[in-house]
Amino acid sequence: MTDIIAEPEGGDRRKGSLLAQDTRTQKRNAAERRFQIYGMVAVSIAVLALVFLLTSIVSNGIGSFSQTFISLDVVLAEDKLDKTGSRDRTEMAKVSTFGYAPLIKAAIEDRIAAEGIEIEGLTKPDAVISKEAAAQLRNFVLANTDRVGDTVEFKFLASGRIDGYYKGRVTMASAALDRNISPEQLMLADALKDAGALERTFNWDFITAPDASENRPEAAGLGVAILGSLYMMVVVLFLALPIGVAASIYLEEFAPKNFLTDVIEVNISNLAAVPSIVFGILGLAIFINFAGLPQSAPIVGGLVLTLMTLPTIIIATRASLKSVPPSIREAALGVGASKMQTVFHHVLPLAAPGILTGTIIGLSQALGETAPLLLIGMVAFVREYPGAPPEGFFDPASALPVQIYNWTTRSDPAFVERASGAIIVLLIFLLIMNIVAIILRRRFERRW
Amino acid sequence: MNDMRITNRTIEMNDIKIAAKGVDVFYGDTHAIKDVSVEIQDKTVTAFIGPSGCGKSTFLRCLNRMNDTIDVARVTGDIRIDGEDIYDAKVDPVQLRAKVGMVFQKPNPFPKSIYDNIAYGPRIHGLSRNKTELDEIVETSLRRGAIWNEVKDRLDQPGTGLSGGQQQRLCIARAIATEPEVLLMDEPCSALDPIATAQIEELIDDLKQRYSVVIVTHSMHQAARVSQKTAFFHLGDLVEYGETGHIFTNPEDSRTESYITGRIG
Repeated sequence: MTDIIAEPEGGDRRKGSLLAQDTRTQKRNAAERRFQIYGMVAVSIAVLALVFLLTSIVSNGIGSFSQTFISLDVVLAEDKLDKTGSRDRTEMAKVSTFGYAPLIKAAIEDRIAAEGIEIEGLTKPDAVISKEAAAQLRNFVLANTDRVGDTVEFKFLASGRIDGYYKGRVTMASAALDRNISPEQLMLADALKDAGALERTFNWDFITAPDASENRPEAAGLGVAILGSLYMMVVVLFLALPIGVAASIYLEEFAPKNFLTDVIEVNISNLAAVPSIVFGILGLAIFINFAGLPQSAPIVGGLVLTLMTLPTIIIATRASLKSVPPSIREAALGVGASKMQTVFHHVLPLAAPGILTGTIIGLSQALGETAPLLLIGMVAFVREYPGAPPEGFFDPASALPVQIYNWTTRSDPAFVERASGAIIVLLIFLLIMNIVAIILRRRFERRW
Repeated sequence: MNDMRITNRTIEMNDIKIAAKGVDVFYGDTHAIKDVSVEIQDKTVTAFIGPSGCGKSTFLRCLNRMNDTIDVARVTGDIRIDGEDIYDAKVDPVQLRAKVGMVFQKPNPFPKSIYDNIAYGPRIHGLSRNKTELDEIVETSLRRGAIWNEVKDRLDQPGTGLSGGQQQRLCIARAIATEPEVLLMDEPCSALDPIATAQIEELIDDLKQRYSVVIVTHSMHQAARVSQKTAFFHLGDLVEYGETGHIFTNPEDSRTESYITGRIG
């Protein structure tokens, strides 16, 4: 600012050679260079932060996409599983997972004997197998009652500590202090690996399986959370887009400009800045306590996120409606189109790219939102998949960001890896949404 | 509407198409048009001239109620087309605008194909029963707009891809496709080069055989070339209205004379 009102440096300034910069020009050029350097510094800080964030997440989380499995031949002993011999499913269901554990123990002991593995001081060899294995076995037996009595090969999850051993999280030294695993058991795992019984493969269960309990990080998956998030996005899309677009068209094109519309306008802008947890309290009070909708349900999450997304969509839509040149409106009105025809035939198609971008930004925001979901009970531990829509909208479910939050609060270090893996999944979804936004915008932006 | 009555009235009104009496326009507190009365004849070109901000465009936009779209604008007075008050509560401005077409200062084709640009008006007004009829309307309109030969091979190309002069002729063709009775033109040549201007002026001359044309222009030469009647506006007043030849050669008001000789405006 100061250089505008600064006194000219004498009349001889103009008489100087063009080949030599005078002091004023030098100062101005220096200021410009300085500003460019500030900008480059700012950009590099941002890029470095992003790179740091991504590398730390990926290096922490990439492990959750692969998992250690142990293959064992299990004898489905009839005297343990079906004492009556009736093969009646209800009768057999009375045998709990505790009844299956001895079979697994026997299977691993058989395997150790068969491979001739001898480890001094080895106790509880079945600790290398996940506790999830018994449930897996039971599900198989109840689904195939005719296989009782046979010997079947199973691929069981290795326990979280064994998995951690192969991902560098657990060492012999740490195992000596760990009451869940012993160095001898790690040696057993190594021996099994040499024998070809233990392998590490891609873990689809991480994406499809439901969450698992605190003690079984190896079995925990994102299935319920992904479904829950998907259901919520469907609700948000089908509510927020029509309501938001209709509201903005009315406000922008039809509403009279008076005190009331001014108040509404200011409030919409303010709503965009309301902390999301406030929307959670609102949702709790209105949708659960007043309207009586179920807790932890994607429909409630979707409704709350709709409220949160609406201001974003309305602001973006109004901005893109405003950017349509008035000459197009005049042209349409001039040939005798009604106001609605003008809007729907001419203005809306031109504003569509902007509206789409706004909607997808709103959706991405909603997808990553955690705080309001905590308040409406979506933080619950849910192992059941929600049903198919539309009933599924009312079933309990989890959501991706809440699942991440949930896992980070658990004590087992294996959940750190799970949480980072879940963040990667969330980021991939956001990336996909943004790519879709870009593609759709390109398609609509064919502005003749 | 009883057609007989309208015909009778037109004859009675002695070819007066638009009659405005005591028209005032306010933009909020600004008094933009002050008590303007003017009678515009059928099948003639009437030019509105005057310096910038004198209200000639505002008055033009009163004739098809385009000022309705501006919230703060308020129009009082009496404007009749064929003896019918167009500001009557029963008049739907949409219907009126189909009858009174408008061409704007800046060429503003829709970002659609040339065909769709022309066909849009007839479509929304239901002027054609089938594709063949619509094709016919498009062709006649483009021919009357004197642009058919230039675009007949590329009707599916975007209208915005044409040159400025072509775009403006496309807009004129679009305006006449809805079969209006009056054609309002708001400085149609101000964004065009002299050659395109000449083409448009030639076109306007043709158009007067079918329509009552009202044109707002900055250029006195243009008014002199194309119009039969001229109205001179100054600071919201209609200063003088009469035969174009008379206004330009023998103005009665000193302000008109000053403007024509280039001393004001």
